[in-house]
Amino acid sequence: MNAAANISALTPLLPEIVLGLGAMALLMLGVYGGERTARAVDGLSIALLIAAGVILYLLPAGKLVGFNGSFVVDNFARFLKILALIGSAAAIAMSIDYAKQERQQRFEYAVLIVLSTLGMMMLISAADLIALYLGLELMSLPLYVVAASHRDSLRSTEAGLKYFVLGALSSGMLLYGASLVYGFTGTVSFSGIALAATHGGIGLIFGLVFLFAGFCFKVSAVPFHMWTPDVYEGAPTPVTAFFAAAPKVAGIAMFVRAAVMAFPGITAQWQQIVVFVAIASMLLGSFAAIGQRNIKRLMAYSSIGHMGFALVGLAAGTNEGVQGVLVYMAIYLTMTLGVFAVILAMRRSTGMVETIDQLSGLARTNPTMAFFMAMLLFSMAGVPPLAGFFAKFYVFLAAIKAGLYVLAVIGVLASAVGAYYYLAIIKIMYFDEAAEGFSAMPVELKVVLAVCGLFNILFFLYPGPLVGAASAAARSLF
Amino acid sequence: MTSWPILSVIIFLPLAGALFIGFLNEDEAGVRNARWVALWTTLITFAISLIVLWRFDPASAEFQFLEKRPWLGGTITYSMGVDGISLPFVILTTALLPICIVASWSAIQRRVREYMIAFLVLETLMVGTFCALDLVLFYLFFEGGLIPMFLIIGVWGGPRRVYASFKFFLYTFLGSVLMLLAIMAMYWQAGTTDIPALLHHAFPRSLQTWAWFAFLASFAVKMPMWPFHTWLPDAHVEAPTAGSVILAAILLKLGGYGFLRFSLPMFPDASQALAPLIYAMSIVAIVYTSLVALVQEDFKKLIAYSSVAHMGFVTMGIFAMTAQGLAGGIFQMISHGIVSAALFLCVGVIYDRMHTREIAAYGGLVYRMPIYAFAFMVFTLANVGLPGTSGFVGEFLTLIGTFRVNTWVATLATLGTILSAAYALWLYRKVIFGKLEKPSLFNIRDLGWREMVVLAPLVILTIVFGVYPKPVLDISAASVAQLMDNYQHALAPVKAAMAR
Repeated sequence: MNAAANISALTPLLPEIVLGLGAMALLMLGVYGGERTARAVDGLSIALLIAAGVILYLLPAGKLVGFNGSFVVDNFARFLKILALIGSAAAIAMSIDYAKQERQQRFEYAVLIVLSTLGMMMLISAADLIALYLGLELMSLPLYVVAASHRDSLRSTEAGLKYFVLGALSSGMLLYGASLVYGFTGTVSFSGIALAATHGGIGLIFGLVFLFAGFCFKVSAVPFHMWTPDVYEGAPTPVTAFFAAAPKVAGIAMFVRAAVMAFPGITAQWQQIVVFVAIASMLLGSFAAIGQRNIKRLMAYSSIGHMGFALVGLAAGTNEGVQGVLVYMAIYLTMTLGVFAVILAMRRSTGMVETIDQLSGLARTNPTMAFFMAMLLFSMAGVPPLAGFFAKFYVFLAAIKAGLYVLAVIGVLASAVGAYYYLAIIKIMYFDEAAEGFSAMPVELKVVLAVCGLFNILFFLYPGPLVGAASAAARSLF
Repeated sequence: MTSWPILSVIIFLPLAGALFIGFLNEDEAGVRNARWVALWTTLITFAISLIVLWRFDPASAEFQFLEKRPWLGGTITYSMGVDGISLPFVILTTALLPICIVASWSAIQRRVREYMIAFLVLETLMVGTFCALDLVLFYLFFEGGLIPMFLIIGVWGGPRRVYASFKFFLYTFLGSVLMLLAIMAMYWQAGTTDIPALLHHAFPRSLQTWAWFAFLASFAVKMPMWPFHTWLPDAHVEAPTAGSVILAAILLKLGGYGFLRFSLPMFPDASQALAPLIYAMSIVAIVYTSLVALVQEDFKKLIAYSSVAHMGFVTMGIFAMTAQGLAGGIFQMISHGIVSAALFLCVGVIYDRMHTREIAAYGGLVYRMPIYAFAFMVFTLANVGLPGTSGFVGEFLTLIGTFRVNTWVATLATLGTILSAAYALWLYRKVIFGKLEKPSLFNIRDLGWREMVVLAPLVILTIVFGVYPKPVLDISAASVAQLMDNYQHALAPVKAAMAR
């Protein structure tokens, strides 16, 4: 009976358990089956991620707690976990053709992504500092490895190493911050910290700053963004697509949960930090991207800017703000995956191309692809009626309510500046003379692009479900 | 009342047509079908909008043909309706679209399907802007129009199309995002973005001022008012003929419509206090851009600058807040919608033949193109504001409306009518009269039947509205009266305080 109770206490972790066991089984399959099982492992990993999502969906409703409160499954966690699973599954699907063309078929790749996703799920549910750190490291270590997965490429290995060194540094800062917070509050659980941290002493603020520095690194917010352009450019393109999507979702999740659950008493203090980080990220993301010619590097700056916009919602520190962040991350995920589907299809008989000039005249050579890409870029710029507009709408709505007018004004102006470089890509696709067409787009990329494109175009017709889910998720934190 | 959502049908019918064209093949037959589908879609849309006009009750100042559905959750709804202020613009839009399609019939030979799709999507967005009764929904349509217009200028435009399209997009986008923030602030203050509810909401004075400036940022760029007008000549010159028509006739009116719909009724205190600023900007627009128009060598640029000057009359009349000024502002916008559209079509006629917009390249066209010379004359005179043309009614009403409030402003604005006579008649003389001595012009053809079909209704409307403006004025009369009432009512406490 006792054993049965112990087992049922693990129910909240069921999706994670399935993912973990599944990843190990796939690893066995790969090790004993050799490289030729890579295709099968890819397919099975996607199935595994989907299965985890289904189990997550079937879990009993309401707030579930495991491990004495250090692991919670609330609506917030459910929402973001689904996003992370979608991001990872799409990233694996988008890598299949690339691996075949580049002769990089390795079963480890999919397994590592599944393990990283497991880390993300842990991270999203983490309700104390130790669980948070465990999840973070489990998420990050596979990321370092996949960044360098192109073993013979100088750029790829450099990207991996750079990411690892800086990532380790940021983990160190985060740990240092966590230990300070523990030292000044006497507990690692978020609810305990919240009770103790009713007013900010100097030591606690010090710990908070270090903790936030670690968070900012993971979501590549300014001033901890330096790794992003190099890693995005150097890593193999499917890996970049993965980096830009799921880990960002998990990073934002940890940022929001820690800030809102652990430090509600000193909101005024951390709000200043987030406001600064958001402004700096939006401005840098907008201005620095203008000069970029390499589309992966450009997407790196674009993602820095997008994280800035998402953090605008967190800066508000309110229920509406968190809702805005969640809507933003969901739409950001679809925009990013869609654009990377196009980037991965930028292939000629001579190999992959990465500069934006290569998209020249795409509207003539491949009108469908150009149309979806243009819509996704308009969406990223935040032009209505596309989904990206609603993403920005909700975060700024929260910021205005919280009285953060300066932040909001700088934010919308930055979005107008940012529109320039998205338009520049559309100009190349639509106004310029046609260049040689790309090779035929593999079917999985077509599916990802079409789904993401249609989602962004048609979102305005029926925004209710996503907005409602985000609203329920945000409420579960307060 | 009707049970079927007639406004939504008008709004989304062109979109359905665009979708249909999207599935056509890209061969000879597909291109031909694309043109016909676009024409029929716009014609049917126009016919349905006439039903709205016919069933519209001009005696009522309330919004009619209301539709309401849940949309973004909470109080932000999908809400549609028209009143006497928005209906004329809806009709203007639906009436001009078939004309644009016919005018592009043979002028556009490249990417015809995409072109027609862009125009149909644009129609959806423009009609939606005028019908939306929710601020967020309004913003959605208002800003969404940038995407098709950006592509129309950029893909089918002239040599400097990239520069012009970017300038157009970024300028307008920058102005509008500030308005978006004001909309959000209003939402939190009033708890709703429902326009009929907001029309009766008294916003605190400080919010009024900030929001007024934020809306001004958007509408002044769109209108465009001096000094935010510099994108307009570039966009006009580079856009294809039909693009210029839409830009001048409808997109510019969004700014004026915005002032009427939002700035005046929602921020009356701020409007009253800041009206002198608008007067100043309008006067500079009228006088300065008229002078600039005098020295233009490019056909389209001249008309573009004259548009800015004419919009100056509109803003001046609207912010005079007198019955004549408001009615004149609305009439001037409708009239300018017809006349400027016709002028750009006239430019298009000779541009299609000669492929130059330089005024100096023409001369003596009256000997070869008498019908063209007649049509162009009607529109030139309407542009000058000659009595008997629609241009006169609008300018005259705005001037007397303003005269009652501020004599100096009205007097200075009158200078503009003199200057407009100078540049418009100079243009006409250069192009139409004089000796026919340029060899390239010896064989120029007069209007073809398609061009006549396009220009004839505009000639008729220009003259009919010139001698009998009552239909337009009647439709908007009740709504204008209510706008005035509410405005004076809202200002009463302020005036009382000042009197004390």
